[in-house]
Amino acid sequence: MSLSLIQQEFVVERDDEKCIRCEVCVRQCSFDVHTYDPEYDEIVTNDSRCVGCHRCASLCPTGALVIRRSPLEFKENANWTPGVLNNIYRQAETGGVLLTGVGNDRPYPIYWDHILLNASQVTNPSIDPLREPMELRTYLGRKPEKLEVDMTDEGPRLKTELAPQLKLEIPVLFSAMSYGAISFNAALSLARAAEIAGTYYNTGEGGLHRDLYRYGKNTIVQVASGRFGVHADYLDVAAAIEIKIGQGAKPGIGGHLPGEKVTGPISETRMIPVGTDALSPAPQHDIYSIEDLRMLIYALKEAVEYKKPVSVKIAAVHNSAAIASGMVRAGADIIVLDGFRGGTGAAPLVIRDNVGIPIELAIASVDTRLREEGIRSQASLIAAGGFRSSADVIKAIALGADAVYIGTAALVAMGCHLCQKCYTGKCNWGIATQDPYLEKRLNPDIATRRLVNLLNAWGHEMKEMLGGMGINAIESLRGNRLQLRGVGLTDTELDILGILPAGR
Amino acid sequence: MEMRSEKDISGCSLAGFISESGERISGDVIISSIAVMHERGNGLGGGFAAYGIYPDYRDYYALHLICDDDKSREQAERFIENNFYIECKEPIPTRNVPSITDPPILMRYFIKPMVESGKEDDFVMHAAMKINAEIDGVYVISSGKNMGAFKAVGYPEDVGVFFRLEEYEGYTWIAHGRFPTNTPGWWGGAHPFTILDWAVVHNGEISSYGINKRYLEMFGYRCTLLTDTEVMAYLFDLLLRRHRLPVEIVAKALASPFWEDIERMPPGKRELMMAVRSVYGSALVNGPFAILLGYRDGLIGLNDRIKLRPLVAARKGDMLYIASEEAAIREITNPADVWMPKAGEPVIGRLKGEIQ
Repeated sequence: MSLSLIQQEFVVERDDEKCIRCEVCVRQCSFDVHTYDPEYDEIVTNDSRCVGCHRCASLCPTGALVIRRSPLEFKENANWTPGVLNNIYRQAETGGVLLTGVGNDRPYPIYWDHILLNASQVTNPSIDPLREPMELRTYLGRKPEKLEVDMTDEGPRLKTELAPQLKLEIPVLFSAMSYGAISFNAALSLARAAEIAGTYYNTGEGGLHRDLYRYGKNTIVQVASGRFGVHADYLDVAAAIEIKIGQGAKPGIGGHLPGEKVTGPISETRMIPVGTDALSPAPQHDIYSIEDLRMLIYALKEAVEYKKPVSVKIAAVHNSAAIASGMVRAGADIIVLDGFRGGTGAAPLVIRDNVGIPIELAIASVDTRLREEGIRSQASLIAAGGFRSSADVIKAIALGADAVYIGTAALVAMGCHLCQKCYTGKCNWGIATQDPYLEKRLNPDIATRRLVNLLNAWGHEMKEMLGGMGINAIESLRGNRLQLRGVGLTDTELDILGILPAGR
Repeated sequence: MEMRSEKDISGCSLAGFISESGERISGDVIISSIAVMHERGNGLGGGFAAYGIYPDYRDYYALHLICDDDKSREQAERFIENNFYIECKEPIPTRNVPSITDPPILMRYFIKPMVESGKEDDFVMHAAMKINAEIDGVYVISSGKNMGAFKAVGYPEDVGVFFRLEEYEGYTWIAHGRFPTNTPGWWGGAHPFTILDWAVVHNGEISSYGINKRYLEMFGYRCTLLTDTEVMAYLFDLLLRRHRLPVEIVAKALASPFWEDIERMPPGKRELMMAVRSVYGSALVNGPFAILLGYRDGLIGLNDRIKLRPLVAARKGDMLYIASEEAAIREITNPADVWMPKAGEPVIGRLKGEIQ
């Protein structure tokens, strides 16, 4: 093999005075950066293999390791950046499509950071959530336009029968991540955390492991283009069913779980032979039109006797608003919009970095469109794609979302360091791997607690922000864009977001 | 007149009463009641709504308009002539009061819509929205039957004298003194806000205005009067008239009980409240408020869900009184029973007798 021109991304610096040759780094690194040479009693590092996951540095008992970005000494060039050159070298060497994991990392505008929240002063008291009730509870699902109530001798009685609803104690759910893309322990932790926090997690297209059936009432099961693991029990055990049309990280692209990851339990859960590639087609081959979607929605509703809401997830793309309107009319009880920063276990780099639109604009345009058509109450709206903090969530709700899916943030809570190498199956943190040696590194008890802590922390922060605005129920913020102001945005962006500039 | 904000912020005083037996009472009674709370306003708005004042025209919609000039009045009249039979058209009688300056043209029309029966209310509602939104300089102040709203920039006691309210007799009166902190000098911005025969006077600020407004827009309401109170009137119209919900349920939609309280309710009631909150979440009025709602059949007083604004109620015989301060009630009666309504618990007075 000829010399590789690919520049290494990181430099591993070892303080030899601190290093006690315990070999933790050697054992922890699945990318084989560190090797011990007994002859010289020395640990040799191969920096070029380092992915920057920080596993070795985090576990080094003496703090002997520092990972630095490699000082790439290319001639400065605004157009031909080191990343661009490395990608070309890589493709010239392999002739392949570049793969990556996690969401779009390019410096596109992050609108959340250009939106500010309001707070009450004088004319309206702010409310202290530590002393007064502050409500985040949210119900997702189709709502009737109006209620009918009979007056009886015992008082008013509800006549309207409500469509099935998902009850959330905090308007944050765990996004679809398949067992296969993530480890069993990671899936188990998400399920347990959802149960404790009073919310939901989503199976993705990985089927549902039998051992996770007990968390069914906090589970949203996905029906995607490969239909992996979809059967009667799977639908019956879930709280809701999600039809996946698209994903923010790879709109228009299917999925590919390499055969190496299809171990015994994965094979059983997905209902495919061990070691075969699990290929999810780009489209669902029974959905080539909106009327086809309607048929699948109602087929699933029939299958569960209309006892569970059916959601439809699409990637946020240019004409999301029109598509969303069609989805509502096709019978979707919940619409999920996944923005272009949404994560993935594996996607072609060129797709991840160049396709889709920001979730902020998609929420605003979809919510506005559904209101213009008078059908906003017919479906709930979940936003997904790169939500980093409780402030992002609050802003999304004020723009018009009912709730938010978090995927990447949940993984980070479990220990992910965003090295973007999920597709290799070598996740040193035991999250995006099926390797039994790596998988057992994720302690589900600890990961569960960390996830619950994250939701609790965000919940507290959301209550503080709500109270500051003088609002004590989340529904009074939902779609309440007057609580938002834009900074550093163009008139067109403000217009699409439906918010005023700061100062007005 | 420059409008700087979509939402108006205001303090204010409220007073109102109903004779449940339908006895008609002169307007000078409500003037003396609201005048007691002079200090709660700042002279930038006062207003009244009265029910039962037009017995001779009880079957006609009474359209009260303010018009900036003759041109805008003519434009409005053309629109009215094209859509309604006009039984009577006249300026609203006023007298000179030194503190009330620069009045706009004040007109009233007793009309019937040219539309098949059963659809009159919706027709009038949309016509009022259209006039407010599309005819420059003209605003519909009230549009119900056998009722009217009277409002101006000034202290309410002066506004009452200006409109010669002692000459009117009504079974329900509500009144408002305003303390706005922006959008001053705007007659349309004084309370009450009305649609059809719903009239609302409001003390508070609506933090949920942004979503209440967008929710109402889905049902064809247009919020054009640059103040948050108008959404109250439209919410009552939507929930009470169009969705036909009982008053008690509407109060729970606007000032919802907390989930922790709903959990403790008996089955049946619990499901009902859960449905009300999840279906009408966008109608929840969040933020401090005390309101009085007048309508054909009664008078309702309501506080926000954590009672951040004062509201006192009293009864004597078949009279129900509600006001921001007890003094305003004691000024006009010696009540048998006085109480502080709880947060989110509506005080309801119902017209039971014939209007006398």
